[in-house]
Amino acid sequence: MDPLASPAAPDAKSLPSDHRRARWRAWLLLTPMVLWLVAFVVVPTAILLVYSFCERDELGRVVFSFTWENYQRVLDPVYLRIFGRSIGYAALTTVICVVVGFPVAYCIGRASEAWRQRLLLLVMVPFWTSFLIRTYAWITILKEEGLLNGALSALSIVHAPLDLLYTPSAVVIGLVYAYLPFMILPIYGSVEKIDGALIEAAHDLGAGPLRVFTSVIIPLTLPGIAAGTLLVFVPAIGMFAVTDLLGGAQVPLIGNVIQNQFMQARDWPFGAALGMVFMLLFAVSYGLILRFRREETA
Amino acid sequence: MSAGVELCNVTKRFGAMTAVDNVSLRIEPGEFLTLLGPSGCGKTTMLRMIAGFDVPTSGAIRVGGEDVTALPPYRRPVNQVFQSYALFPHLSVAENVGFGLRMQGVAKGEAAERIAQAIELVSLAGLGERRPHQLSGGQKQRVALARALVCRPKVLLLDEPLSALDAKLRHAMQLELKQLQRRLGMTFVFVTHDQEEALTMSDRIAIVNRGRIEQFGSAHEIYHRPATAFAADFVGQANLLEAEFVRRENGTVRVKLSGGLELVLSAATWPDDTAKALISIRPEKIHVSKQPVQAENVFAARVEEEVFKGALDHLILVTPGGARLNAVAANESALLEAIHAGDQVFCGLHASDLVVVRA
Repeated sequence: MDPLASPAAPDAKSLPSDHRRARWRAWLLLTPMVLWLVAFVVVPTAILLVYSFCERDELGRVVFSFTWENYQRVLDPVYLRIFGRSIGYAALTTVICVVVGFPVAYCIGRASEAWRQRLLLLVMVPFWTSFLIRTYAWITILKEEGLLNGALSALSIVHAPLDLLYTPSAVVIGLVYAYLPFMILPIYGSVEKIDGALIEAAHDLGAGPLRVFTSVIIPLTLPGIAAGTLLVFVPAIGMFAVTDLLGGAQVPLIGNVIQNQFMQARDWPFGAALGMVFMLLFAVSYGLILRFRREETA
Repeated sequence: MSAGVELCNVTKRFGAMTAVDNVSLRIEPGEFLTLLGPSGCGKTTMLRMIAGFDVPTSGAIRVGGEDVTALPPYRRPVNQVFQSYALFPHLSVAENVGFGLRMQGVAKGEAAERIAQAIELVSLAGLGERRPHQLSGGQKQRVALARALVCRPKVLLLDEPLSALDAKLRHAMQLELKQLQRRLGMTFVFVTHDQEEALTMSDRIAIVNRGRIEQFGSAHEIYHRPATAFAADFVGQANLLEAEFVRRENGTVRVKLSGGLELVLSAATWPDDTAKALISIRPEKIHVSKQPVQAENVFAARVEEEVFKGALDHLILVTPGGARLNAVAANESALLEAIHAGDQVFCGLHASDLVVVRA
């Protein structure tokens, strides 16, 4: 069906023709986004896909050919372990973000209108500064003579400075810090939607605070928790800046390995293959979480 | 099983606003009591304090003789039907109804039986597996009712539960609720701003205005003997007129209205040593006819306006002295003489139908 042919003179069949016209207009409005996606997502992904089957010469230039070798290297236990570690770190980050973010989101969601706006602003304020600068700031906080150790020893909580920077703990702290807002905001969204009468009804029916939480609040905020998990877990797998700066390359995650292949190692085909596998993992976890959410809302 | 409720000198302030002002009220076990008043009068706050959602600033609340003022809602032997129904969207009808039993730790087998009975009681058999969003407004209302009743509360609180239903359904539910309450013998405390609803269902009505109880009595008392101008005006319609004392006659008091019209009313109702008072006359108490009428008070008037209201004709009468009165006449068979705007009519009014009210 040619959509251009449809804006015909209004006649007896004007209703379906109007309908077609509206659909055509919708596509027109979507054009900028479609073009953007094609230029910056579809085309680069296609290039990566092609590269992932190529070889490189000794200068690091991509030589067009067809080989499965890059994908075989991905299955090397070294890289599988890094994949596993990345997923582990992302999972830990997600769990901490839920535990820390839920009470925050809940308080904001149940606060008065005026306070809600102020508190939400506080959640957003960090975005006004570059993410890299904020991560550098964490170095100042976590290093041996840093703010945290200074405060802890001034309060006589520790006597020798804690070894934090360039450890896995620093990486997890950095990841949680980076992604916490992406957990808070969707949970806030579902908390805000809970009708206060539901909580009162649960109390009225004999549920104490804990039972209200487990029987009413948690089930009703599951969509928010799922969305937050989606927004935290998946990107956290591929994060490389935090691991670089706070992990000091001690705990490379998959994002660092991919970055290295493109930069230092100049092995674009292998980097591309890693990227493709990573993207596949992305898509699968996305699919799983979406399916879980659909089952929840069904 | 059902219990009475007592409010003892209960006051509730929100900041500078006094929502409930030193109210004392005694609700008998097994009675259908309605808190009736305009929005913002404090009636819902009273209900919320009985439920435990709001804590009185001062005063005490007793349920079945037991002081519950300091108890949280989940420890009180009362349950509420919410205005918005407040059904849990993530639970089925049966799970919603069973929520309270689950919280009380009632054994599964007994719970299933009671849930089935409650669903049956509100005529929703077969809908147990539905989710709230698959129900109509009337069905949701029934689920909310079943969910509260299944817990066998000593007192059932109902916060304008019928206000979201259309008029036909609302009328049907009014009768059904009243029958249910009689059958269960349960104490119902019902909040509404709808005077007709209150008159239809209640054993007793408390008229609430500005955080206080204006009048407390049966539907009949409140309708026929309103104590205040507010009560007279809020429940049904009323002609509120300023009357001036003229003289006592045998068994009656003669008063003069502002328009010069003189009427007699029962001597007992006129407070001693009062020169001026407000009187209330229900529109349907004025007998309007083209033929002379027999009554303690008889006067002539002109029909200024006639508003057709279906079964009734609403008439606006003007007396020769200029006093305006609302009256209601049944729209009888066309064979009888009809009354129209511009007609001169005779009006009859019994002395006992004039009620002195406080301003």
